Amino acid sequence: MKARLANPGPLRRFANLLYRRPNLYLTLLLIPPLTWFGAIYLGSLLNLLWQGFYTFDDFTMAVTPDLTLGNFAALFNPSNFDIILRTLGMAVAVSLASAVLAFPIAYYMARYTSGKTKAFFYIAVMMPMWASYIVKTYAWTLLLAKGGVAQWFVQLLHLDGLLQALLTVPGIGGSTLSTSHLGRFMVFVYIWLPFMILPIQASLERLPPSLLQASADLGARPGQTFWQVTLPLSIPGIAAGSIFTFSLTLGDFIVPQLVGPPGYFIGSMVYAQQGAIGNMPMAAAFTLVPIVLIALYLSLVKRLGAFDAL
Amino acid sequence: MPLAVQFTQVSRTFGEVKAVDQVSIDIMDGEFFSMLGPSGSGKTTCLRLIAGFEQPDNGSIRIHGVEAAGVPPYQRDVNTVFQDYALFPHMNVRDNIAYGLKVKGVAKAERHARADEALAMVALAGYGARKPAQLSGGQRQRVALARALVNRPRVLLLDEPLGALDLKLREQMQGELKKLQRQLGITFIFVTHDQTEALSMSDRVAVFNRGRIEQVDTPRNLYMQPATTFVAEFVGTSNVVRGELAEQLNGSPAPFSIRPEHIRLGEQAADSHEVQVSGLLHDVQYQGSATRFELQLDSGQLLTVSQANDRWQAHAQTWQAGQRVQARWPREAMTALLETVLDEGR
Repeated sequence: MKARLANPGPLRRFANLLYRRPNLYLTLLLIPPLTWFGAIYLGSLLNLLWQGFYTFDDFTMAVTPDLTLGNFAALFNPSNFDIILRTLGMAVAVSLASAVLAFPIAYYMARYTSGKTKAFFYIAVMMPMWASYIVKTYAWTLLLAKGGVAQWFVQLLHLDGLLQALLTVPGIGGSTLSTSHLGRFMVFVYIWLPFMILPIQASLERLPPSLLQASADLGARPGQTFWQVTLPLSIPGIAAGSIFTFSLTLGDFIVPQLVGPPGYFIGSMVYAQQGAIGNMPMAAAFTLVPIVLIALYLSLVKRLGAFDAL
Repeated sequence: MPLAVQFTQVSRTFGEVKAVDQVSIDIMDGEFFSMLGPSGSGKTTCLRLIAGFEQPDNGSIRIHGVEAAGVPPYQRDVNTVFQDYALFPHMNVRDNIAYGLKVKGVAKAERHARADEALAMVALAGYGARKPAQLSGGQRQRVALARALVNRPRVLLLDEPLGALDLKLREQMQGELKKLQRQLGITFIFVTHDQTEALSMSDRVAVFNRGRIEQVDTPRNLYMQPATTFVAEFVGTSNVVRGELAEQLNGSPAPFSIRPEHIRLGEQAADSHEVQVSGLLHDVQYQGSATRFELQLDSGQLLTVSQANDRWQAHAQTWQAGQRVQARWPREAMTALLETVLDEGR
């Protein structure tokens, strides 16, 4: 034992060195993730955005590195701006609906379940994420199709009149449920809901039960406790969840193609510009839009005080 | 004197555990009443039963004569100071204090005025705009107190409110709480596991053990005349003597208690009204104001003896471990006890 301490092996010498130099240890730990995140992820993103300043020649279909602001200016053409507004509107609607749907489930999971029941709920919430996203979207096209399950169910409830009326509303409707904005909205809400449930659940789990008891003790009815204590303190979770639902909707390019009326979303526009047309600079310019929108959204949420309780 | 809170044969079971077992208590209006006991003895559950966070399985709880069963916490005229203070982190101090008034629909100007008044009462005037996170533990404790008192409850429940404070601050708050209670004339029900705290503040103390009450009495009676072996050993330090030795010294086989400071060491012969024993000093601990001795009697019984280090008994400091000494105490210092039975069936 004594001999080993007097003459340590190379591994032990290395361990001792790391112990004496905690900064070296930290550097060694951080180099791989920082390389990945900094060089590969941020580097390629910045490179992509840089290409937004390149020029695309409509006749030769060639990209030349002549710097221009034209692509970014083109975002404000009525046709492009429509795409942005349509996507933004959907992202806001999906986030709101997800929050409203997710909250009761998250509340139940956080405050009423434990042990096996809680595990069951975790699995139930996450299980849809195990299945392929494309398969789920195609499945929804069948569910929502004319003569599909959704229509059958609506007829069963004798609500087809109401559905037809809804489908004639501009901005919501379409010729059938599967080609309507409403149908597209339902698919988005279905697919992103778990991303809203889990952060809200985590924020409610952190809420000390004594705060709710204190509220009741001070004379607040359950409804008052919800609006004054529970909801304000779960805002960080709702904000975190809405960042997921908001940004995922902004960037999605498959659901808009498979469900809903014709017309591009930001994601499908990027896909079309870059793939079919080969206009990489315009695709890059479109890529900037969700980044800017999410930055604006985050600063708005921060100004509303959503992160104060963190 | 009217009753503030009355428990009649109250039981509350959690799964297999009888947290509160057939408890009956009468708490008088305007009384400073403490519930003392080790953790898990049922004292906090009793408090939560009064607040309405728990419902009894059996028995009845009356608050100012009104049956409390089925009355939700927000309709009870009691307020609680929580152990972790439970201040709302997203509200400033003033809004925290005004919360109870706000949910009852008191107008903004009045509730702010009353909140500021309550802040002044706990010596925190001018702290209204701060967030709870910007306060020290002691300050948070005062805010929690002000938040409860601003509602002018008839009964204030305090759940180990001083537990998280350091010793000096705790002693200061003990004095302030007692003063506040006298000033306001509200019934205070104070839960603690700290017997010094319970003795120094309370009009009466209930000692809890395993969901049952061992004794309800004034602090002086609790200390001088403990009813059971548990109370004798939990409240202060006590020598509990049992069996043959008890019969020999006290004339009865019932266990008795003798307080360490009621025993005198020394060679002086005992009076007729005194009991005398002899033994070997095991251990001597100097504690500043007193010295504590561990004395082993010839029967094997260990006695803890405490002698004040005052100027009148300088010789008390000269005894050393290994020395044989005589000890004596007045017969009336021995208190016969009921043996606390450890019911293993629970």
